[in-house]
Amino acid sequence: MRMAYLKDVATLRLDRDACIGCGRCLEVCPHAVFELADRKSRIADRDACMECGACARNCPADALWVKNGVGCAIGMLNSALGRTNACCGEKQDCCCSEEAPRGAGQ
Amino acid sequence: MSMCRQWVIGEVESPAGRVPRVATRWTWRDQWGAMAVRWGMGRTHYRVDPGLYAVGQPRVNSPLMATANYKLSFDHLRQALDGLDAWLLVLDTRGINVWCAAGKGTFGTEEVIQRMAVTNVARVVSHGTVILPQLAGPGVAAHEVRRRTGFRVVYGPVRAGDLPTFLRDGMRATHEMRHVQFTLGDRLAVVPVELVQRFMPALLIMLALFLAAGVGRHGYHLAQAQWPGIAAAVWVNFLAGIVLTPALLPWLPGRSFAIKGAVIGVMTGVGLWLFARYDGVEGIGVGLLSVAACSFLGLMFTGSTPYTSASGVRRELRWAVPLQVVTAVAGLFLWVVARWR
Repeated sequence: MRMAYLKDVATLRLDRDACIGCGRCLEVCPHAVFELADRKSRIADRDACMECGACARNCPADALWVKNGVGCAIGMLNSALGRTNACCGEKQDCCCSEEAPRGAGQ
Repeated sequence: MSMCRQWVIGEVESPAGRVPRVATRWTWRDQWGAMAVRWGMGRTHYRVDPGLYAVGQPRVNSPLMATANYKLSFDHLRQALDGLDAWLLVLDTRGINVWCAAGKGTFGTEEVIQRMAVTNVARVVSHGTVILPQLAGPGVAAHEVRRRTGFRVVYGPVRAGDLPTFLRDGMRATHEMRHVQFTLGDRLAVVPVELVQRFMPALLIMLALFLAAGVGRHGYHLAQAQWPGIAAAVWVNFLAGIVLTPALLPWLPGRSFAIKGAVIGVMTGVGLWLFARYDGVEGIGVGLLSVAACSFLGLMFTGSTPYTSASGVRRELRWAVPLQVVTAVAGLFLWVVARWR
């Protein structure tokens, strides 16, 4: 299925002047958000970004920024209610110990 | 903590000492364990001891790849490497899978560097390359690992099953291998855990509705006659919201999960109406309750998908939850008021 979530919400930012064109963001992005153009990275599909933060973490030139987080309604409701151990907290007894699909593959 | 290690089959010699060798075929225990954790049983203890393991007869030039110590992640990796020779570096991710552990930082730069040092992999392999699962990206800064260990980091494919092809092609991943998928099978794989986790809340809602059914024109009485109908309506919604929404996800309109769920809720409400032949006001009440319930369950599914962003979910929560509450209250009101007509 084509996976695109809400339009124009992703906080992803790319500083093309800082980009050194190493292509690491293309390698780590699980949703093919980036493409190389003129030997630099370019955001080709912003709405596909799930803010996992892999690109920013792996950018050796600090050219990428994203407010990363987990798009999990239960986790957010729980933390809003001050419950940190129910889901996505210390116990992590939620989707996060599943293999698929958040932990697809390896 | 770690279970009896039937999957260890002997040892191999390495320049850094003996390394346990692991089987690449699953036994009935592995199958059973995988099924149990899919139903939410014993997941927090489904772990492998961190450290170095061998697959086949690896040598100094065999690939070195890291994974999480959630046993299901480890099992998928060793299964994919059947017939190959490789070194497996199992990190301590506290029994959490690769992607989630990376998101929380336990599959992180420090753990990779530290585990590489503890297991002395620099002496075990001569090629100076470590393959990390692509989905470890949110936690690991490849250039930091390089700087501090001298090892080059290559991100492997998203799915362990693509590793043989990836290795054969000189550690090159195709566009397909880099892309997370969300097939019908993937979507249904998370359903059992959701069923287990939502069961108690659904049961409590059912009991609350049993009690609410007693409110009527002539004061309060226990309305046992209505209980089977109420139970049916609750569990039909439970299944629709948890099974149908994920199954039909690509075909449900819109991008918002609250809306996708609400559509399922409308279908469920109409179905119940046709089946139970409610009178008008009561039917509208049940319909609104179905819409609120399925819409909420749809929103809950965001945590099980591989593509919803935190910013998107936050935006949805802001408008959808208040609407869901209003819809539920209105539905409950009409369902009760219908008894006065």
